[in-house]
Amino acid sequence: MAYKNYILVCAGTACESNKGKALYEALEKEIKSAGVETEVQLVKTGCFGFCEQGPMVKILPDESFYVKVGPKDAHEIIAEHIVKGRKVERLLYKENKPDGDPRSNDISFYRKQLRIVLRNCAVINPEIIDEYIARDGYAALEKALFDMTPDQVVNEIVESGLRGRGGAGFPTGRKWLFTKNTTADQKYIVCNADEGDPGAYMDRSVLEGDPHSVLEAMSIAGYTVGASKGFIYIRAEYPLAIDRLNTAMAQAREYGLLGNKILGTDFSFDIEIRLGAGAFVCGEETALLASIEGKRGMPVPRPPFPAVKGLWGKPTVINNVETYANIPVILLKGAKWFNSIGTETSKGTKVFALTGKINNSGLIEVPMGTTLRDIIYDIGGGIANGKKFKAAQTGGPSGGCITPAFLDTPIDYETLQSIGSMMGSGGMIVMDEDDCMVDVTKFYLDFTVDESCGKCAPCRIGGRTCYNILDRISKGQGKPDDLQKLKDIGHAMRKASLCGLGQTAPNPFMSTMKYFEEEYRAHIEDRKCPAGKCKELLSYTIDEAACVGCTACARKCPVACISGTVKKPHTIDQSKCIKCGQCFTACKFDAVKKG
Amino acid sequence: MRAILEEPMSENKLPAELINFINEWKDKQGNLIMVLHRVQEHFGYIPREIAFEVAELLNTPVAKIYGVITFYHLFKLTKPGRNQIAVCMGTACYLKGGEDIILEIERQLGVGLNTVTPDGEFSVEAVRCIGCCGLAPVMTVNGEVFGSVKTAQLKKILEQTRGK
Repeated sequence: MAYKNYILVCAGTACESNKGKALYEALEKEIKSAGVETEVQLVKTGCFGFCEQGPMVKILPDESFYVKVGPKDAHEIIAEHIVKGRKVERLLYKENKPDGDPRSNDISFYRKQLRIVLRNCAVINPEIIDEYIARDGYAALEKALFDMTPDQVVNEIVESGLRGRGGAGFPTGRKWLFTKNTTADQKYIVCNADEGDPGAYMDRSVLEGDPHSVLEAMSIAGYTVGASKGFIYIRAEYPLAIDRLNTAMAQAREYGLLGNKILGTDFSFDIEIRLGAGAFVCGEETALLASIEGKRGMPVPRPPFPAVKGLWGKPTVINNVETYANIPVILLKGAKWFNSIGTETSKGTKVFALTGKINNSGLIEVPMGTTLRDIIYDIGGGIANGKKFKAAQTGGPSGGCITPAFLDTPIDYETLQSIGSMMGSGGMIVMDEDDCMVDVTKFYLDFTVDESCGKCAPCRIGGRTCYNILDRISKGQGKPDDLQKLKDIGHAMRKASLCGLGQTAPNPFMSTMKYFEEEYRAHIEDRKCPAGKCKELLSYTIDEAACVGCTACARKCPVACISGTVKKPHTIDQSKCIKCGQCFTACKFDAVKKG
Repeated sequence: MRAILEEPMSENKLPAELINFINEWKDKQGNLIMVLHRVQEHFGYIPREIAFEVAELLNTPVAKIYGVITFYHLFKLTKPGRNQIAVCMGTACYLKGGEDIILEIERQLGVGLNTVTPDGEFSVEAVRCIGCCGLAPVMTVNGEVFGSVKTAQLKKILEQTRGK
C-alpha cells in the first residue's frame, strides 16, 4: 500500500443527501490541515448498503467502521484515528467496538451476504476508471474479444444459468441467442435502468457505485450478438447515476474501451444515454423501446419479441442493470463457478433493497435460496421497535406478500411464485403488526392505476374498479361480495391485460386476500381496522380515569379539538378531530386510546 | 386539455443555447424526450409557446409533443412555485407516515397536491421513491433532502424556506 491509511466515504444517494458531501469536504480539509496528505488517501465510493447507519466511513487497513458520521466528526477522526492511531469509539458501529478487534465484514449485516453484483460498490471510486481496471475491470471484455468467439460467450452465459434480474427471470443467455441468430443490418443493446418500483434502488446503487461493470457488460453483449450501438434508458430522477455514467463513458472512450475499434480490434461499440420521464410502464420492455424512440411509452403485444424486432424494428437485447453487472464476473470466473451458487433453478445472487419496519434497512446481496428468516433477522437485525413481523412484500406493485409461515422457505424465482409473490426487481419491504394489509394493498393499486397507460381495458378499467372497491373497504363501506368481485376482476386482468403491468396489478390484493382474509373481513363485516391504520375506521378517545390533565395532548393537537382545564381530564371533539394521532404519541400516561 | 387552452401566452422565447441544443439533437432518432427535458430544466416547466417553437425546430406536430408531455409524470405544463416541495410516497416512506406529512403540509399551506400557493411561494407534489429508504419518511425542499421527517417539524421547515 502506497498510503498508510485509506478512508472510504460512502457517496451513494442516501448518504450524500444526508450531509455526506459536507463530510467528505470536511475530511479533505482536516487531512490538509493536519498535514497528512501523503499518508492518507480519501476515497469517495459507491453505496455501502448499510443505509440505515449512514453516512458511513470505513478506514483501511484496520477496517474500522464508523457510522452516522457528520461533518463535525471529521476533525476527531483525523486527529485521533489517523494522526494518533486511536479509534474514535463513540462513532464505531456497535458490533465493531474494539474488544477483540472484530472486522467490518464480521458485522452481522454483512456476514450472510455474498457480493458479486455489488463487488466494487463501497470499494472503488466509481469516478476513476483505473480503480475499476485494478479490480479486473474490462478483463472480461478483453477475454471475450481476444480469446472467445461470440458463440463461446453466449454458451458461457447460457450455461451459467443467469436469469433476468428485472423481475420476470427469463434466461439471459437465451435472450442473447435469439438476437444473435437473427440477421439484420443493425442490432441494439439496451440497458433498462428505469427502476420504477417504489422502495427499490438496487440498480441506482450499481450505476452510482460501479458504472463501468454495466458498460463492460453491454460491450460484451454487443460483441456477442453483433450490435454496434447501445442505449441506457435511465430515470431522470437519478442525476447522480447519470453523472457517474457520463464520466465513466468518457473515460472508457479515452482508454479505447468504448467507441471505435475497441482495444485495437475490429469491434466497435458505443453507448448513449436516454432519459425516462417518470412512467412506471416503461419498465415493460416494449414500452421502454417506444420511450427511447421518443414516443409515449405504451407497450405493444408480443411476439414479435424485442430480441427479434425491437428498437426501430431491429433485433434488440434488453437486460436490466443488475443482470449486466453479473456478466463480466461470469466470463472471468466461468459458468461453472456461477452455477454453483444458488438453487436448482435460480443461480447466483440477488440484490434486495431491504426497507420498511426493519432495524438495518439498506441494500443487501444474498445467494439465491437464502431464507427470509436469514434476511430479516440476521442481516436486517429484526423488526424495529420490538414489534411483531407481519409480512414482507417483494415485487413491489406487481408482487405479493411473504407471511411468517414462509420464513424458512428458500427464496428463488419459483418458490416466490408458488406462494403468490414474485422476485421482482428486488424491493423487499418489511411490515409489522401496525401495518394494515388493506391499506398497503390500496396504496399499491393506487400506484398501478395511476401508472396504467390506458391502452387496454382490463388494466385501465379493471384496476380502477378494484381500487374503488378497496377504497370503500378501507372506509368501512365494503359489501359482502366485494372479496369475490376483487377475485373475479383480478383473474380477468391477469388473463386479458396487454402487458406485465396489468397482468400483475392484481397480485397485491390476490396475495393479501389469500393470507389475510380475516383482516379484510374485519373491515367489511365489523367495520374495524385491526391494525389501527385506516383513518375512517379509527377514533381517538381520552380515558378519563387515566388522564392527569397534563395538557400535553391539547398543546400538540394541530386543530385544537382537545379541551379541558389543567389537572382535569380532557376530551376530544370527534367532529373536529383529523385523526392525525399526535395526541396518541404525546400522551405519557396511555390515556389516549385508539380504536 | 384545459390547461392548454386556458394558459395565456407569455413572453417566453427559446434562448440561443436551447436552439443550439435542439439543432444538435435534431437528426438523432428519438430526440423528443431529451429535448423536452432540456426545455423543462431551463423554464421549470414547458411553456405553451415553447412547445410550438420546439415543434417547428424538430419538424414534429405539436399534437405529438403534447402527447408525450401529458404521458410522462415528470413534464409539467404549468409553472411550479418558487420553492418546490416533494414528499416521497415510495412504499417505505408510505409505511412510515409519508401520507401524514402530505396532509400536514397541505393543511399548513392551504393548498392541495400539485397546486401552487396563491402567492407563488410553494408547490407541493408527491413523488415516487427518492431512494433514501433508510431515512424514511423523506421529503425534499428545492432538492435538499430531509430524512426521518416528523409532522411537528414541518412548520419550521416551511418557515425557513419561505421568502428564500
